[in-house]
Amino acid sequence: MAFSANFVTDLQELFRYPFMQHALEAGTIVAVIAGIVGYFVVLRRSSFAAHALSHIGFAGAAGAVLFAVSPVYGLLLFTGVGGSTMAVLSPRAAHRDVHIGTVLAFMLGLGVLFISLYAGNSSQTYSILFGQILGISSSDVLLTLAAGVIILAVVVIVYRPLLFSSLDEDVAEAKGMPTFLLGIVFMLLVAVATSIAVQVVGVLLIFSLMVTPAAIAQQLAKRARTAIMISVTIALVATWIGLSIAYYGPPYPVSFYITTLVFSFYLLVRFVYRRVRPLRADRAILQAS
Amino acid sequence: MSGNTIASEIVAARNLTAGYLDNTVWREASFNINRGEFVAIIGPNGAGKTTLFRLILGLQKPLDGNIEIFNTEPKRGNPLIGYVPQRHGIDSETNLESLELVRLAYSGKRWGFSLSPQDREAALWAMRDVGAEELAHRSLNVLSGGELQRIFLAEALVSRPELLLLDEPLSNLDLKREKDLVQLVNSVVRSRNVTALLIAHNINPLLPFLDKVIFIANGKVATGKPEEVLTSESLSALYGVPVEVLHDSRGNVAIVGIEQHHGDK
Repeated sequence: MAFSANFVTDLQELFRYPFMQHALEAGTIVAVIAGIVGYFVVLRRSSFAAHALSHIGFAGAAGAVLFAVSPVYGLLLFTGVGGSTMAVLSPRAAHRDVHIGTVLAFMLGLGVLFISLYAGNSSQTYSILFGQILGISSSDVLLTLAAGVIILAVVVIVYRPLLFSSLDEDVAEAKGMPTFLLGIVFMLLVAVATSIAVQVVGVLLIFSLMVTPAAIAQQLAKRARTAIMISVTIALVATWIGLSIAYYGPPYPVSFYITTLVFSFYLLVRFVYRRVRPLRADRAILQAS
Repeated sequence: MSGNTIASEIVAARNLTAGYLDNTVWREASFNINRGEFVAIIGPNGAGKTTLFRLILGLQKPLDGNIEIFNTEPKRGNPLIGYVPQRHGIDSETNLESLELVRLAYSGKRWGFSLSPQDREAALWAMRDVGAEELAHRSLNVLSGGELQRIFLAEALVSRPELLLLDEPLSNLDLKREKDLVQLVNSVVRSRNVTALLIAHNINPLLPFLDKVIFIANGKVATGKPEEVLTSESLSALYGVPVEVLHDSRGNVAIVGIEQHHGDK
């Protein structure tokens, strides 16, 4: 597709085909959700849980393909069961990695079994691993929207207790807050967010939307809500630009563009912003004194 | 120190035995802690100091005996207790404004999304009270150990508790900051007539301010005024081996004759 100098025409062109419409709609919902949930993932040091859940989701998707149902149902079922099992087995942050690894290994084992039993072609497996945003149907978009609305509603309800228990679990427990329940709710949020994000970036690249934007945001903002907004913005911009480049530019996988953009942001913040910030802090101290 | 107030019992333990399942940590402790007292809990690692806090917080049931907090059974989420645990989820990567943490400590229990002007006011008041007002807009990951302890103290004080439980707030502080924090806790205890229980390894920075000491060692608990508990006779009886308590010219004590020393570091 050729890129013209007229921005409005280019934008209209982007929405011309239904597959692009669906990709932009689903991509937008996923970016918003991944940006929000990702903030808590980073805050709770749970990126291994997010990683494990996406891989467990792969096993679920492989099972769904075997039983000829939409992969997203397999994803939701497996990540939901896997996530709550992890939370129940390991209510405290300490030693959680071991429990997560144990559940991950078992469920990936099931995935291997499902793939070996499946005699069809492997293109669906490939799209689950690396995302297939341009193949999203209108019913997929609706399911993504429903999942997105549920996640958003749950986050709005549990925001304050989840934020506090993520920061100071022992004090939260002593204050009588339901830390165990919050742990399960958090894992389910990650499970559902992962399941829908797999459509866009795939199992293997889930970190590009679920962890990296939030990690960047945490370096930039010291207020939770500002950080969440930045995290969402980075995920959104990367998804939109990634889709646009894939449409107008070289037709490489969208997930490749998204991961590259997010990683560029990360490098920029890590090495450029970090160098600028201490200078500003010194100046503030000088002015204050 | 607490003589001019009504000596109401804040913590009352009778023949209290604590532990986990069939593993008894210490047994048959009986003591009272009254309103406005500043109490240190001293003892070797693993002696069961934090276990006592868990009993008071209602996070654990006694194996035997009885404990009452504010004349009732301990229950989790008692708003009259402010707690500073030994561990926090906050580390060098936690880029979050101190004020936000203290605000969340005030309102984090409520479901929902937004923070309110009330919790901002309460948080600023608590931070002012511990001399941490100027840290309000600084991020937790740039604060020093002493500054962080002030924030944690504000976090515990924000709901205006009557009993403060501080689990090793002095560890990782240098001598100057150790002294500053002890004086700060003491001023909170005296000005607000709250009761404070503080777990520490080194009793010396606390000695000038303490009303009571709870010494936990060897599965036993000794309680009383510092001058009663920190004697060669009392600690020898506690440990079951001869122990000597030495005093230097500045009033510091050193406990010798046991593997772990609780004198000057």
